[in-house]
Amino acid sequence: MKRVASNLVGSVIEAWQEVRIHKTRVMLSLIGVAVAVCAITTVVGLGAVAQQATLESSERSGGRAASLSLFASTNDGSTPTKMPEIWRTALERYQIDYASRVVNTSQTVQFADGAVPVQTVGVDLPYGTMHRITLEKGVWFTDEDQARLAPAVLVNSIFWDRLGRPDLRTHPTATLVGERTTTAVVTGVYPALSWETEPAMYMLADALIAITPVVTDPNLQFGPPSYELWVPVDVSEQLVTALQRDVQGALGAEASVQVNRQDYAAYMDGDPYLSLKLTVGAIAGLVLLLGALGLVNIALVTLKQRIREIGIRRSFGATAARVFFAVMMESVVATVVAGIVGVIAAVLIVKSPLVEDFISQGQVTDFPPFPVEAAVVGLVCATVVGALAGLIPALVAVRVKVIDAIRY
Amino acid sequence: MTLLHLEGVTRTVQLIDAPPLTILSSIDLDVDIGDRVSIVGRSGSGKTTLLNLLGLLDNPTSGTMLFEDRPVHSLSSGARDRLRGRAVGFIFQQFNLLQGRTALENVMTPLLYAEGRQFWQRARIATEMLERVGLGDRLGSLPDRLSGGEQQRVAIARSLVRGPRLILADEPTGALDLETGETVMDLIDDVAAESGAALVTITHDPAIAARASRHLRLDHGVLQVISAVPA
Repeated sequence: MKRVASNLVGSVIEAWQEVRIHKTRVMLSLIGVAVAVCAITTVVGLGAVAQQATLESSERSGGRAASLSLFASTNDGSTPTKMPEIWRTALERYQIDYASRVVNTSQTVQFADGAVPVQTVGVDLPYGTMHRITLEKGVWFTDEDQARLAPAVLVNSIFWDRLGRPDLRTHPTATLVGERTTTAVVTGVYPALSWETEPAMYMLADALIAITPVVTDPNLQFGPPSYELWVPVDVSEQLVTALQRDVQGALGAEASVQVNRQDYAAYMDGDPYLSLKLTVGAIAGLVLLLGALGLVNIALVTLKQRIREIGIRRSFGATAARVFFAVMMESVVATVVAGIVGVIAAVLIVKSPLVEDFISQGQVTDFPPFPVEAAVVGLVCATVVGALAGLIPALVAVRVKVIDAIRY
Repeated sequence: MTLLHLEGVTRTVQLIDAPPLTILSSIDLDVDIGDRVSIVGRSGSGKTTLLNLLGLLDNPTSGTMLFEDRPVHSLSSGARDRLRGRAVGFIFQQFNLLQGRTALENVMTPLLYAEGRQFWQRARIATEMLERVGLGDRLGSLPDRLSGGEQQRVAIARSLVRGPRLILADEPTGALDLETGETVMDLIDDVAAESGAALVTITHDPAIAARASRHLRLDHGVLQVISAVPA
C-alpha cells in the first residue's frame, strides 16, 4: 500500500516536472489537443442550439408533443352547427386545458399605402403556449382582450414595419376592412420567420368570428375551423381514438371527422435527432482523431530525445512499470489541461451572441444553457486521447535498454 | 559480509551473421561491504559491461551472480530494479544529470523511487546530501550553471542519497581536470567510508586506481588480480 501511494504520487510529480520543463513541447501538444477538444465541445454545444432551433421551429408549426388536430365538416364542406358544443363537452370530459380553435382566413387591412389582404389566424388563449409563440413587443392575448370592443391583434414584424413601427404604449390601431369596417388595436408584435415576406396577424377566434361570421358556404374565404389540443404524449393515442369516436358519434354519419396527431415527434421513430447527433458526432470524432495523431507524433519525436533520461531514471531504480506510467501520466496531465482550455474556449464560442444568432437563424427563443454533457464529453475525450496517445510512447519507453539509453 | 559474488560469469552478445562475441569470460569476483576495488583496462576490454552486470543493469549469459546472497537471475525485472534503486549508486563519467532540473531536483530523483520516509521527506534528505558534498548554496542551480566539479559532486550526492551499499563509479574523473578529479575522488572516498558502502571504480587513471585497496585488470574480458591489500 505504501509503495502504491508513493508510486502514484511520484509518477504525478515526475509527470508535472516533465510538463514544466518541456514547456515548448507541451505547448505544441496542448495546442493540437486544445483545438480538437474545443472543436468537439463546440460542435456538441452548437448541435444543442441547432437542435433547439429545429425543435422550436417544429413546435411553432406543428405544436409541441403531443399535439392533436381535430377537423370536422359536414358532407357539403360546412361546419357542423353542433361543433362548438361538442368541442366544449370533449374538453370538459377529458380535462384538457390546452386547446384552441384555429381559424385560417385572409383579412383585408388598410395600410397607408393601400388595402392589403393579410393572412390571419383566429385562435384561443392557449395557442400561444401550445405553439411556443414569443413576442418581441407586447404580450400574448389575455382574458381582458376577450372583453375588448375593439379586437386585439398580434402582428408580425412585417405588419408592424408597414404601420411605421409605432410604440405599443400609444395603442396603435389597424383598420380591418370588410362588410363592417373594424378598428383593431395592436397589442403585440412577433418576429417574422426568415422566409416570411408578407404581413400576418393573430386574432382571438371569437373576435374574428364576430367581425367575419363563420360561413357555411365553402366557396367563401375560409372553411370550418380546425381544433388543436396539447395532451400528454403517453395518452395521446387513446385520446385520438376517444375523440374520433365521441365526435363522430355526436355528429352522426353525415359528418366527416378526422383526429390526428400533428406534432413533429409523431412522424419520428425513436430519437428524432439521432441522425443529426450521429453526423455531429462523426465530425467531432474526426477532429479529435486528427488532434490525437498530432499528439502521438510529437510525443514519439520527443521521446527519442528523452531516451537518455529514461535510462538514467532506470539506473536509479525506476521500474519498467513506473516509466510506463510516468510517460502515460505526462500525456494525460498535458491533455487534461488542454481539455480544460478547449472546453473554456468552446463555452466562449458557443455562448457568444454572434454565433448564437448565426446558428439559431432567429428560430430560437429559449436558448439552451451550454450543455454540460458537451463539457463532459470534451474532458473525457481529452483524457482518453491523452491515455491513448501516451500509450505508444510509453510502450516505446519501456522497451528502451537501460545500458543503451544511458550511452545514447 | 559478501555483497557481491560472481563465479564463472560470462557475457556474450549475439551478432548477426557472425559467431557470438564473448565480452566477459569466467569472471570470479567477490565484493564485500566497505571494499575499495579498482578495475583498469583498455578501451573495449569489457569494463563497462562488467559494471553494468555489477549494477544489475544487465544479466550474465552464464555463471552465478549473487547480490547479498540472493541469486540475481531469480529476481523479477521489477524486483531487480527496486534492488538496484535501494542498494546501488551509480556515478557516471559524463555526470548524466537531468537537464532542466535543479541540483536539488536531480538529487531528489532517486528518492522518487523510494518508499516511506525516504519518499515523503525527499527534499530534506536531498538538501542534507547536497550540504554534505559542499553544495548547500547551489540547491537551485541548474546543471548548465555548475562547473564540471560541481556537476560531479551533484552526481555523487544523487548516487549516495538513498544510502546504497554498493557504489559503482565509471571513470568518475574522466571529464574533470587533474586537481578537480583529486578533490572529487577525495569526496567519494570520504562519503563511501562514512556510509560503509563498497566502492568499485573503473578507470584508466593509475592514480585513481591506486586509491583502492584491491586492484584488478580486465583484459579481453578476463579479470585478473593485480594486487590486493588487506583491509
